[in-house]
Amino acid sequence: MTEPSVTDTEIERLPFDVVVIGAGGSGLRAAIEARQAGKRTAIISKSLFGKAHTVMAEGGCAAAMGNVNPNDNWMVHFRDTMRGGKFLNNWRMAELHAKEAPDRVYELEAWGAVFDRTKEGKISQRNFGGHEYPRLAHVGDRTGLEMIRTLQQKVVAMQQQDAIDLGDPEAMIKVYAETTITRLIKDGERVAGAFGYVRQTGRFVVFDAPAVVLATGGIGKTFKVTSNSWEYTGDGHALALLAGAKLLNMEFVQFHPTHMVWPLSVRGLLVTESVRGDGGVLRNSQGERFMFNYVPDVFRDKYAETEEEADRWYSDPDHNRRPPELLPRDEVARANNAEVKAGRGSPHGGVFLDIASRLPAEEILRRLPSMYHQFKELADVDITKEPMEVGPAQHYVMGGVEVDPDTGESCVPGLFAAGEVSGGMHGSNRLGGNSLSDLLVFGRRAGLGAAEYVARIGAKRPTPSEGEIAAARAEALAPFERTVGENPYTVHSQVQETMFSLVGIIRTEAEIKQALAELAKLRERAAVVRAEGGPAYNPGWHLALDLRNIMLIAECVAQAALERRESRGGHTREDCPGMNPQWRKVNLMLSLDGDKVALTRQPMLPMRPDLLGLFERSELKKYYTEEELPPAGEEKV
Amino acid sequence: MGNKVKLRVWRGDAGKGDLVDYEVESNEGEVVLDVLHRLQATQAGDLAVRWNCKAGKCGSCSMEINGRPRLGCMTRMSLFEPDETITVTPMRTFPVIRDLVTDVSFNFEKARQIPSFTPDPSIGLGEFRMQQVDVQRSQEFRKCIECFLCQNVCHVIRDHEENMPAYAGPRFLMRIAELEMHPADTADRREIAQDDFGLGMCNITKCCTEVCPENIHITDNALIPLKERVVSRKYDPLVWLGDKITRRVHQDTQKVPGKSSGHGAARSDSRAKPGRGRHQR
Repeated sequence: MTEPSVTDTEIERLPFDVVVIGAGGSGLRAAIEARQAGKRTAIISKSLFGKAHTVMAEGGCAAAMGNVNPNDNWMVHFRDTMRGGKFLNNWRMAELHAKEAPDRVYELEAWGAVFDRTKEGKISQRNFGGHEYPRLAHVGDRTGLEMIRTLQQKVVAMQQQDAIDLGDPEAMIKVYAETTITRLIKDGERVAGAFGYVRQTGRFVVFDAPAVVLATGGIGKTFKVTSNSWEYTGDGHALALLAGAKLLNMEFVQFHPTHMVWPLSVRGLLVTESVRGDGGVLRNSQGERFMFNYVPDVFRDKYAETEEEADRWYSDPDHNRRPPELLPRDEVARANNAEVKAGRGSPHGGVFLDIASRLPAEEILRRLPSMYHQFKELADVDITKEPMEVGPAQHYVMGGVEVDPDTGESCVPGLFAAGEVSGGMHGSNRLGGNSLSDLLVFGRRAGLGAAEYVARIGAKRPTPSEGEIAAARAEALAPFERTVGENPYTVHSQVQETMFSLVGIIRTEAEIKQALAELAKLRERAAVVRAEGGPAYNPGWHLALDLRNIMLIAECVAQAALERRESRGGHTREDCPGMNPQWRKVNLMLSLDGDKVALTRQPMLPMRPDLLGLFERSELKKYYTEEELPPAGEEKV
Repeated sequence: MGNKVKLRVWRGDAGKGDLVDYEVESNEGEVVLDVLHRLQATQAGDLAVRWNCKAGKCGSCSMEINGRPRLGCMTRMSLFEPDETITVTPMRTFPVIRDLVTDVSFNFEKARQIPSFTPDPSIGLGEFRMQQVDVQRSQEFRKCIECFLCQNVCHVIRDHEENMPAYAGPRFLMRIAELEMHPADTADRREIAQDDFGLGMCNITKCCTEVCPENIHITDNALIPLKERVVSRKYDPLVWLGDKITRRVHQDTQKVPGKSSGHGAARSDSRAKPGRGRHQR
């Protein structure tokens, strides 16, 4: 077997205008835009091209096209998004998102995406939690795959054009597959490039570029039960922190309510919200449709109070209120959790999700083919005949890099972020379907922002610091040089266990403090893990390097969760129940001070009056302090 | 905890390698990828295995289990007898990088040669009108997760590396079929399907359909109908007449040119090696 040959690790230098780290929805969309703006662009993918976590998205992409219900428009979508996020969203991002999502979906269609159709031949739209109208463009229950494949094929189409025009398909846009970035390199205050390794060979590379777009996705691998893939180790979050940028809203972690709970090996595998959007209901072990007991006050007038009304809604949504199974995800996840705690759970510690008694078998097969396949193959459960057992798992992080809403630029010049790694758009809780649209809208904006930044600095390009490159190389090689030290897999599983049990779906001050104490000990152990084998395609080494990011992000989540003494969206404090309007005005900011995580409070920018005017005063009163409200009587009619 | 299972895993790189025996714990309901992960976490930290979603949606963990091409994440341990030795090897058609990981860049190169979706440029954003019944066929092919198991099993290239330049394999012939059947596509890839992508080499043995984890009817719904379309193009009397009087009445779309410099920096090295470390059985 290969000996650890760390001596031949000379560093390859690769010059670009824009480097996009991440090849999921937002990364590819950013790269396409940067290339279209004439910039030489690199796409760095931790996996093979086309395998990014976006493929896991099932339900759809929210965009107020009004194809199914013509009453829909960007203002309704904006309102739903703000409500879903409990008004902690960056309202400018929510505005841009609601306005631009339809065009981004149409663009995909023009690039070859084949969405499901309405009878008139338009893009079909489906119901989802928290969305007032059918709004999610979809392809069965594999919408994410369609999106990633379309973007991947668009990149290929651009390369084909470059092959014809320039004689080289990779002249202007090039994909670096199975390549991981471990450090951003700077020149003074500005970003100047990125340092990483190529998995296949273990060799080091430096991308010299004045603009870097982070599009690395989320932090799922910080938690034991998660629907996220191995790549979700918070790389972009950590790279941003280490480069001097700030994170916000890290206490808001989404636990999606329905994942498989059995068999154990697939615990955490996502069960799409479309099951509920298409009529599926949640029941406890007594057969009770329990969601009616969990409608919070802020949503009470918008959701049905009886099963009869809820069932009528599917065929007559204009005259009935929505079923409570379609409340935002945070509400449903807490309800599932509470039922299990109260002893009314299913045999394997979940609740029952029943579509079998609600739709004919052939309709289930047509609308939910992947779900049928998944349960049949992995759990021997036929969802057309029996209910599924489901429970909450970590699914998404609302928190992320603080960026300028219009350009995606962070506080570090030249550093941009888009998609799950950026923060603010979804406030304290993301609505289903708003992620795929977020990737497209802000991926495009970050790509454009990066291209304009490169144009603006002209010849005044940064030079990557050689000292930082040398330090990054030493850091990456360290796990090979230790002769003692632990296996990274053990430390990783203990971090995941700690975070899931102590900073999970329901939190208390005492438990978060206990988690922080345990994280401090784990951080010492993580710092000295050892990699066996050589540098070529060595997963143990890769995990040893990812651990730094996982530890850093775990600490950010725990610190912010300790600080926010209220319950809102994806942050539930058993010891501080209920929302507090004073806390709505505050963002918790995380940065690095030396190697310590530092937390500060930052007031939210007040919402622009025309946007505030889209809500009724009576609704705003549920979230805002009296002094923030528009004067009574100025109500918009 | 569960019981011990016997695994025999191919370990090695492009140069050389061998099957190595392990005993690993396994619990109820697990899949082969779970057991490989446990092997990695407890006995072989540097075992190279490619995976992402562990949900049968990304197509990364393609491997051969007891000689059959499968996704590690969708192969349940309950499929095997408790005392059976389970042999796990890398995909045979592609060069080995390390252990269970192969160099699949062949596929990305083929993908880049197929002319992309070509809609009528006069159709504006949001103006496409297509019926569900018309998009259904392309949608079936777009379920493809690019696991490349069909490419791996296809006998045209499985033990015939010499056919690789002239043959795109089931996945990419299906991609051509998908575009040809897209109601809004205007290009015509029938001639190049035959001449440049080797459709004629496929003799419809259906191995690709059999291993497809997405249960796509590759042969019946993509390859055979594409062959029929190629035939009707080739023997179209109008096209024949047009060619005879040197006036093209029919425009064929050409294969995309351009030097192929591989799929990222990661790819350049292995291709330089002749013989390409295909593992021995």
